[in-house]
Amino acid sequence: MQDYAHPEALVSTDWVAENKDNSDVVVVEVDVDTGGYDQGHVPGAVGWNWSEQLCDQVVRDILPKEGMEKLLSSSGINNDATVVLYGDNNNWFAAWAFWQLKVYGHEKVAIMNGGRGKWLAEGRELSTDTPEPEATDYTASDADNSLRSFLPEVQKALGEGGFDMVDVRSPEEFSGEILAPPGLPETCQRGGHIPGASSIPWGMACKEDGTFKGREELEELYASRGVGGDRPVIAYCRIGERSSHTWFVLAYLLGFNSVTNYDGSWTEYGNLVGVEIEKGS
Amino acid sequence: MAEALRSEDYLRRTDTVAGWQIRIVTYRIGDRHYCHIDNVSPGATISRAEGTSCREAEEAALSKATERLEKTRRRS
Repeated sequence: MQDYAHPEALVSTDWVAENKDNSDVVVVEVDVDTGGYDQGHVPGAVGWNWSEQLCDQVVRDILPKEGMEKLLSSSGINNDATVVLYGDNNNWFAAWAFWQLKVYGHEKVAIMNGGRGKWLAEGRELSTDTPEPEATDYTASDADNSLRSFLPEVQKALGEGGFDMVDVRSPEEFSGEILAPPGLPETCQRGGHIPGASSIPWGMACKEDGTFKGREELEELYASRGVGGDRPVIAYCRIGERSSHTWFVLAYLLGFNSVTNYDGSWTEYGNLVGVEIEKGS
Repeated sequence: MAEALRSEDYLRRTDTVAGWQIRIVTYRIGDRHYCHIDNVSPGATISRAEGTSCREAEEAALSKATERLEKTRRRS
C-alpha cells in the first residue's frame, strides 16, 4: 500500500485485526442495510445503514452538516479519531462514507482493503454485539463541495470541455441495454450515458478478492481509457455510490488533483427532460 | 471463555440465472448458514438468505435472486 498516493487512506485486514481495540480507532461497517452487520461484524465495529443514515431522508442529498455531526457523535467518533470504514459490495458504501466524511473535513479516515468479504473469507473474528459508544461532541467543517459535482457543473463541463467524464457502471448500463444492475429496480426512464463519457467500470480497479489493484496497474487502466489526471475528472454511476469508489481510487490511490463525484449520477441525468444522452458502447 | 465467532466454510462461485451472471457466496457463522448473491459486473447485492444448512440458505437466496433477475429487461 506504500506505493499509493495516500497510503494512509487504506488499511489491511491485518492492520484492523491488530488495531481494532485501539481507543483512537473507530471501525465502522457501512452497508446498504444492516443485514450483513447483524450476522456478525468486526468486533467493536459500529454499523451504519447507507440508505437511512448516510442520506438525507427528505431531500435527495448527502447528510446535512448537523446530521453528520449527530451520526459521528452518536458513533463515539471525535474529531481526532481514526475512522476505519469497511462494508459489503466491495466497499461501495464504505467509499460513499469516506467521500462524505471528507466532504465534512474529517482528517483521519481509511478504508479496509477488501471490505467485509475479505474479512469473512479470511475467517477472522466476528461479533454480534452492538457497541454502545459514549457520545462525543463532534464538530464538522462546512461541506467542501469541491469534492462533488452537481448537475449545473456537469452541464457546464459538457459545454466547455477540458475534463474527463468517467461512467463507472457496467458496460450494459453504459450502452443502455439495461436501466439498472440486473435484479435491481429500474430507476430511470432511459438507458445510455452522459455524452462523451468513458466507460471504466468500478470493478476494474479491484482484484478477485476485492482488494485494490496496485498503483501502476491502476494508472495503466485509466490512462488506457484516456484518463491520466491531467484534466479534472467527474465520476458518476447510477446513484453515486459506485462512483465514490472510483473517486477514492483516483483521488487517494492515484493522487489526481481534481476529482469529483457526481452523486446525482444517472438517476438524475438520465431522467432529465429535453436533454440529449448517448446510447451504445 | 466462549470461543470467538468466525466465518467458516467460506465459498465463492459464479453461475448464470435467467441469462445473468451471478456470484454466490456461502459461509457459516456459528450454527447459521448464510448465502449472499450479487450480479458480478455491477457488483450489487441481489439477495441474502440464511438457514440451518448451506443448501437451505442457498436455495432461499437463489429463489429470491431468480425472481428479481427474471424481471430485468434487455433493451435493444
